[in-house]
Amino acid sequence: MKKIWAWGALVFGLLYFTLPLIGMTNFSLKMRRGEYSFDAYQKVFADPRFQETFTYSVMQALFTILFGVLLVVPTAYWVRLKLPRLRPVIEFITLLPLVIPAIVIVFGYIRLYNTSSWLPLTGSLTGTNILLMFGYATLALPYMYRAVDTGLRTIDVATLTEAAQSLGAGWATILAKIILPNVLVAVLSGAFLTFAIVIGEFTMAALLNRPAFGPYMQLLGANRAYEPAALAVIAFGITWGCLGLIQLVSRFQKSAPPKA
Amino acid sequence: MSFLSLTSIKKSFGPVHVVHDFNMDIEKGEFVSFLGPSGCGKTTVLRMIAGFESPTSGKIVINGRDQNSLKPNQRNIGMVFQAYALFPNMNVHDNVAFGLKVAGTDKSETDARVKQMLGLIKLEHLADRFPYQLSGGQQQRVALARAIAVKPQVLLLDEPLSALDAKIRVSLREEIRQIQQQLGITTVFVTHDQEEALSISDRIVVMNAGRADQIGTPFEIYNTPSTRFVASFVGTLSIIEGKVADPAAGAVTIGNQQIALKDPIAGMKGGDSISLALRPEAGSIAEGAKGDTALAGEVVSTSFLGSVIRTRLRVGGDVISFDMFNNPGVAPPVSGDNVTLRFAAKDLLVIRE
Amino acid sequence: MSSAKPDASPPARRLPLHWLGILPFAAFVTLFLLLPTMKIVVGAFQTPDGSFTLENIRGLFTPSILAAYWISIKISIASALLGCLIGFAMASAIVFGGLPKGIRGPLLTFSGVASNFAGVPLAFAFLATLGPVGIVTVFLRSNFGFDLRMLGFNLLSFWGLTITYLFFQIPLMILIITPALDGLKREWREAAEILGATGLQYWRMVAFPILLPSLLGTLALLFANAFGAVATAIALTGSSLSIVPILLFAQIRGDVLGNPHLGYALAFGMIVVTGIANAIYIWLRSRSERWLK
Ligand SMILES: Nc1ncnc2c1ncn2[C@@H]1O[C@H](COP(=O)(O)OP(=O)(O)OP(=O)(O)O)[C@@H](O)[C@H]1O
Ligand SMILES: [Mg+2]
Repeated sequence: MKKIWAWGALVFGLLYFTLPLIGMTNFSLKMRRGEYSFDAYQKVFADPRFQETFTYSVMQALFTILFGVLLVVPTAYWVRLKLPRLRPVIEFITLLPLVIPAIVIVFGYIRLYNTSSWLPLTGSLTGTNILLMFGYATLALPYMYRAVDTGLRTIDVATLTEAAQSLGAGWATILAKIILPNVLVAVLSGAFLTFAIVIGEFTMAALLNRPAFGPYMQLLGANRAYEPAALAVIAFGITWGCLGLIQLVSRFQKSAPPKA
Repeated sequence: MSFLSLTSIKKSFGPVHVVHDFNMDIEKGEFVSFLGPSGCGKTTVLRMIAGFESPTSGKIVINGRDQNSLKPNQRNIGMVFQAYALFPNMNVHDNVAFGLKVAGTDKSETDARVKQMLGLIKLEHLADRFPYQLSGGQQQRVALARAIAVKPQVLLLDEPLSALDAKIRVSLREEIRQIQQQLGITTVFVTHDQEEALSISDRIVVMNAGRADQIGTPFEIYNTPSTRFVASFVGTLSIIEGKVADPAAGAVTIGNQQIALKDPIAGMKGGDSISLALRPEAGSIAEGAKGDTALAGEVVSTSFLGSVIRTRLRVGGDVISFDMFNNPGVAPPVSGDNVTLRFAAKDLLVIRE
Repeated sequence: MSSAKPDASPPARRLPLHWLGILPFAAFVTLFLLLPTMKIVVGAFQTPDGSFTLENIRGLFTPSILAAYWISIKISIASALLGCLIGFAMASAIVFGGLPKGIRGPLLTFSGVASNFAGVPLAFAFLATLGPVGIVTVFLRSNFGFDLRMLGFNLLSFWGLTITYLFFQIPLMILIITPALDGLKREWREAAEILGATGLQYWRMVAFPILLPSLLGTLALLFANAFGAVATAIALTGSSLSIVPILLFAQIRGDVLGNPHLGYALAFGMIVVTGIANAIYIWLRSRSERWLK
């Protein structure tokens, strides 16, 4: 009786989740009339715009991850070590991007950092690219901060720090040589998630007019029939890959006990 | 017919046999303890009585009624769990009232009963507290009140005291016993602490690897253990290994010393191995100690336990413990001393497997 | 903050140094999270030349903008509620349903993937499934003579968007609620059962109240998640369905409303709506959680 109900819920869920995946895969293979083919994928991969935008988004993702790690790891470490009373406040702030819609944030950017403002980031290409990267870092902040903070919880920050200091290590050394390796798995998890978020992001890139992968997909979707489905399959594969890598690194951590 | 009877209970989880042929009859109002080492199946038997597990075979009857077809919520049993298991979202009053509420008891009657229960456990003043605001001992008393508020036919307690610290453990076990006697409630109490079992039970079931090794009053269990396991698990009996020298005379060799038992040794012949047991309070090394039997040995260690001093003595290949009362005028032996332990031959038990 | 610890005079001199450590973080969130948001809030109450006005807010109260808010809110509530319900059913199926143990891990991994599979590609997937030539649409039409369109179903509608959003809402719920379900102790269930409670009574009186804070939190999160979703809606509907994020997107791109500051008000309205959703959550939570420290 109980089992029937559980299986029912599961089967319903599986149906709901697999149908769109089957639908998009099926559609992506049907470009050639009457037979399955990879034509749509070939078209997509051959499109120079695809290569450009994809490369652009990958670069954005890498810079976002780099910036995010440099920002979040020292902050989370410092808050745990010296300002524990501030933790709830920091946590609250890092969760805000889940509540304030991205479109509102980027709207704020456009009005705040336009050509006539005190910090005219949107005035130059480099400036806009940096602004977009900061926007992505904001979107990724909740995930990155949580991942790192959870990672720090499992190690004794204070003792490790004191031990390192007693051996004469400075702050930079402590962070790079002691703290980072110990929270590496958490950082990598946050990084892969950030990658998955940035690579397909649409709103910020579109409104800042940057040639990213998300707006490219949308444009293609408005003009083509089969290629969008192929893109969806590719995007799904990327997301799956990122999450799979998170699983992989956390399993790696479980099997190898962390060195002190 | 007894009030609660377990007949030929067997339980296996897949290929693992956890309980083998367990038999037990419990009278109405009796307080029975299941005593045994970790993993011997105590909890499993208790959970079968409660109905959380069903026996692979065998019969559980309470008050003449076969329980096998009844679900836990139809059995009218009270249970206290090791980890308290109070509902964290309810205060003390609501926790105790839970069973009455789901039974549809009206509010005034529920409130009166809850008040009575809280009186019994002396926590009336904490009725509005939530579980996280209580100490472990207080939580467990509330759990007890919650279990007995519904007037269960049987009360089951699964190591209710093991999460508490030593002082509370002693006072709470006495409180449990006192409430049990006051209400005359048939109770099964699971523990792996022999002192706990000995001090509050009417009868004890010593369990070993899924079987009841011995069932008896605390007095019987302690003084006449019937198996080597019971002897070593209950109390601090010392086991002494020897060889039969002369069965008819009851003569036994221990190391290079020979002693005589009270009775001839039946069913054994010269050269057989024999296990003997001695309670720690049966022997003494004091000057002029009484006893028709003596064993010489070397003191291994002494530990000061307050009112008594426990000394461990090496005799042959075994170590014998014995207790003597603390006497400020007499210095305890120190390790390395050679002493002679005297005791009465009748205190030496022969252990048969 | 500094007034909170006047008694700590010896470490007082060290205090500023401590605070220096989070300076980069503080600067970042101020510049790229808090200030932009403030800019929207302030802008909503300003005329183009910077003086105070309520005109922008009043401008929201036109039938078309109100309708856009209303349908956005409806979609968000529906997808949050359904996401909670279905996600809860699936999570309890894997936690209590006695399903084979091997299902749990893959399902949680898949939930991680699906909850991040939002935006443009998600819209493509649903177009290929429930769109005019989608696999389900075609299947129903050619095998059962069932025309979803004739029956009034359209992906560019309330139900269409809700069904699409569920693809990331349900997995998010599963991810958040599974640990909470794991936290329900077996003894609570058994204690309730042995005290005579039925399964339903246990759920109503014990499990549900314990889960309520997590449920409410997830509901608020799912609501905000759907309310701010732009990409899926745009890729799915172009801009033919007038929901608030699409309207705002069009307004930022090209001032379709013909009043630049109405954009501020529109965005401010979005903050207010998600703010209210979270305020309700915090309020309900504080009421339901008296038993927590
Ligand atoms: N659901 C189960 N599935 C498989 N094996 C089980 C299950 N429950 C108990 N066992 C096994 O049955 C044996 C007896 O367990 P039980 O919990 O009854 O022991 P116990 O005497 O209560 O021990 P303790 O003092 O540690 O509580 C153990 O070896 C345990 O591993
Ligand atoms: Mg047990």
